[in-house]
Amino acid sequence: MSDYNFAYLDEDTKRMIRRAILKGIAVPGYQVPFASREMPMPYGWGTGGVQITAATLVPQDVLKVIDQGADDTTNAVSIRKFFQKTAGVEVTERTTEATVIQTRHRIPETPLTGDQILVYQVPIPEPMRFLEPRETETRRIHALADYGLMQVRLYEDIARHGEIATSYAYPVEVAGRYVMDPSPIPKFDNPKLDDCPAIQLFGAGREQRIYALPPHTGVRSLDFDDHPFTASKADHACAICGSGTSYLDEVITDDDGGRMFVCSDTDYCARRAEGVQ
Amino acid sequence: MIIAENVAKEFTLHNQGGTVLRVMEGASLKVAPGECVALTGASGAGKSTLMRMIWGNYRTDAGHIRVAGTEVSSAEPRQIIALRRTTLGYVSQFLRVLPRVPTLRVVAEPLLALGTPEAEAEARAAELLSRLRIGESLWGLSPTTFSGGEQQRVNIARGFVHPYPALLLDEPTASLDAANRETVMCLIEEAKARGGAILGIFHDEGARARLCDRLVDVTGFRPGVAA
Amino acid sequence: MAMLDATVGHMPGMVETAPAPGPLLSVRDVGKRYGARIGCADVSFDLWPGEVLGIVGESGSGKSTLLGCLSGQLVPDTGEVVFDSRDRGPVDTLRMSERERRHLGRTDWAFVHQNPRDGLRLGVSAGGNVGERLMANGARHYGNIRATAQDWLARVEIDPGRIDDRPRQFSGGMQQRLQIARNLVSGPRLAFMDEPTGGLDVSVQARLLDLLRGLVRDICLSVVLVTHDLAVVRLLADRLMVMKGGHVIESGLTDQVLDDPQHAYTQLLVSSVLQV
Repeated sequence: MSDYNFAYLDEDTKRMIRRAILKGIAVPGYQVPFASREMPMPYGWGTGGVQITAATLVPQDVLKVIDQGADDTTNAVSIRKFFQKTAGVEVTERTTEATVIQTRHRIPETPLTGDQILVYQVPIPEPMRFLEPRETETRRIHALADYGLMQVRLYEDIARHGEIATSYAYPVEVAGRYVMDPSPIPKFDNPKLDDCPAIQLFGAGREQRIYALPPHTGVRSLDFDDHPFTASKADHACAICGSGTSYLDEVITDDDGGRMFVCSDTDYCARRAEGVQ
Repeated sequence: MIIAENVAKEFTLHNQGGTVLRVMEGASLKVAPGECVALTGASGAGKSTLMRMIWGNYRTDAGHIRVAGTEVSSAEPRQIIALRRTTLGYVSQFLRVLPRVPTLRVVAEPLLALGTPEAEAEARAAELLSRLRIGESLWGLSPTTFSGGEQQRVNIARGFVHPYPALLLDEPTASLDAANRETVMCLIEEAKARGGAILGIFHDEGARARLCDRLVDVTGFRPGVAA
Repeated sequence: MAMLDATVGHMPGMVETAPAPGPLLSVRDVGKRYGARIGCADVSFDLWPGEVLGIVGESGSGKSTLLGCLSGQLVPDTGEVVFDSRDRGPVDTLRMSERERRHLGRTDWAFVHQNPRDGLRLGVSAGGNVGERLMANGARHYGNIRATAQDWLARVEIDPGRIDDRPRQFSGGMQQRLQIARNLVSGPRLAFMDEPTGGLDVSVQARLLDLLRGLVRDICLSVVLVTHDLAVVRLLADRLMVMKGGHVIESGLTDQVLDDPQHAYTQLLVSSVLQV
């Protein structure tokens, strides 16, 4: 197959990561520290997600990798190739066929199932990082569920913009306990976190943290009584498949201000386009 | 109402070689409700010292001082604070207030401390200030900017704004013009009439003769002088 | 005469009939060492509701160590600090869990730092700073939180129109008042203050002291006030403790300690001040 151990990491490392994953699943939303390894790609390219995927994969798995919903961008292509080479697993672009999906910044539009694992790449796992720089203090806040500060962040949003302007990495409360950063997914995707049948794993390589949502975990987006959470998207239909409900990317088409809105989930868009034809 | 029994006081000056100044011994007096008693004696004889001991400002080294049943000489600070808030008033010669606080507020403060609603407290303060001829244009200013006589009158207004059952007065009529002197004497007479026990230092002999029922000469309380 | 008679309803007997429970804070034998050096030792006192206790002493006298021990920021080696909590009655704050202590810290207690930057979130607007305690205590209605914050800004004499400004845009005196609003918004009963007027110029100090006095009276706040400024305690504190070498060497009514000091050190302290 290759000169690498299956899925690049050695078995001891994978065991260490699996322990962190299991702990994360046991305590939903809690950030479990783990000994993140150097990977053959730079930090910020998904080293946390890659290590979780490596520890999760078995030879029978079918892997899908997306970046901002797309299977064909550099990050997605590189990581897919990486596991093709080091694990030899089957890969796919179809959400329905995949057993493990590694993602950067999106949740697929196609509903996930109980046979699937969704692995998120996380840049900054701590939702209060920019309000409280001391890790000792944020850990204590999590331990004591003393989350007034988190609400301050949303208050500041409304005070400054008239509404909760946070549109991605929108903080959530997990199973009525821990407040969690869902990674920079658009807040449009937040409702999909809730009661999801698939296992959701979050890996931050540089920050050395793993956290998780076991299947069917209750996930609530933080808000105010008089400024309730809303999942927003561009008010258009997809220019390719015509979907009026999927999350859209704005694409600039020329230098004269021409633009179009298309599904960010390329697989979803392609299947719909096929069906339409 | 005010009782001193066999009171003694000495000062130890630790920073001047531990010099001990014995300033008072065997001081006794009583002031009944509705009575006005004057402390007399030469300057430095200990009039102010005794007043300050009754006020709780100086410690009492021996003997007892009671005001309205509170043993001032051995009371906890909070008991003295409560006594001063409700029962024992003091008009000193000096006005000590925060800069920037308006005069009306300075005068109303003893009532506010008792929980009197603000409007009511300020109305009463206003009435007293008017009686003492402090012009309304000055009420919004801090008394720290006033002349000595004006400050004195603000101090008096503050001391009479609440009907204290016991009142200590340190030269209340000094440096006042005839009209204001008359007003202050009326205030003192009114306080007596409602049953206030008043102990004062009056260098103003006319005022002393008109107001005081008895004189107590503190010279007799000096150590070494037979009481 | 008629005017004076009208006050009979406020005569002492009536005022004092309010039920007088125990002290709000009861401190017994608190001591802390730093190795061989004494931080503070054998400190005991009771603080009653509405009382302001000043703690004075020179740098290194142990007053800040004591304040830290009382407010749960330092762990003393000996003693107990019993607080009469609203919901559970007297509790030893040194033996409570951190969760309980933090809860106390954002409800019944306030802590005002000398440097407002230590007590404020500089990256958060004035409204967010004031609202944080409310949100930490479960408030989830933006409009109400904002209205309360505006009310408190006005109470500390900050233009409510500046609710969305950051503390960095405020003067030192305003920052200090903002810190006070941020602390008092939860209606605490006990405030710890560490040199609250330090570093402010004199006119700003007077304004702040006046404000504090009014607040103490209006919300029946008890205060433990650490300072080296005798003028500040003269105007604000009912009682005084003088510390030296970690020990309380003299205590009593503020004006009594200042006007008739008994201990050699207190006499020196008082006579060293230009004019208080």
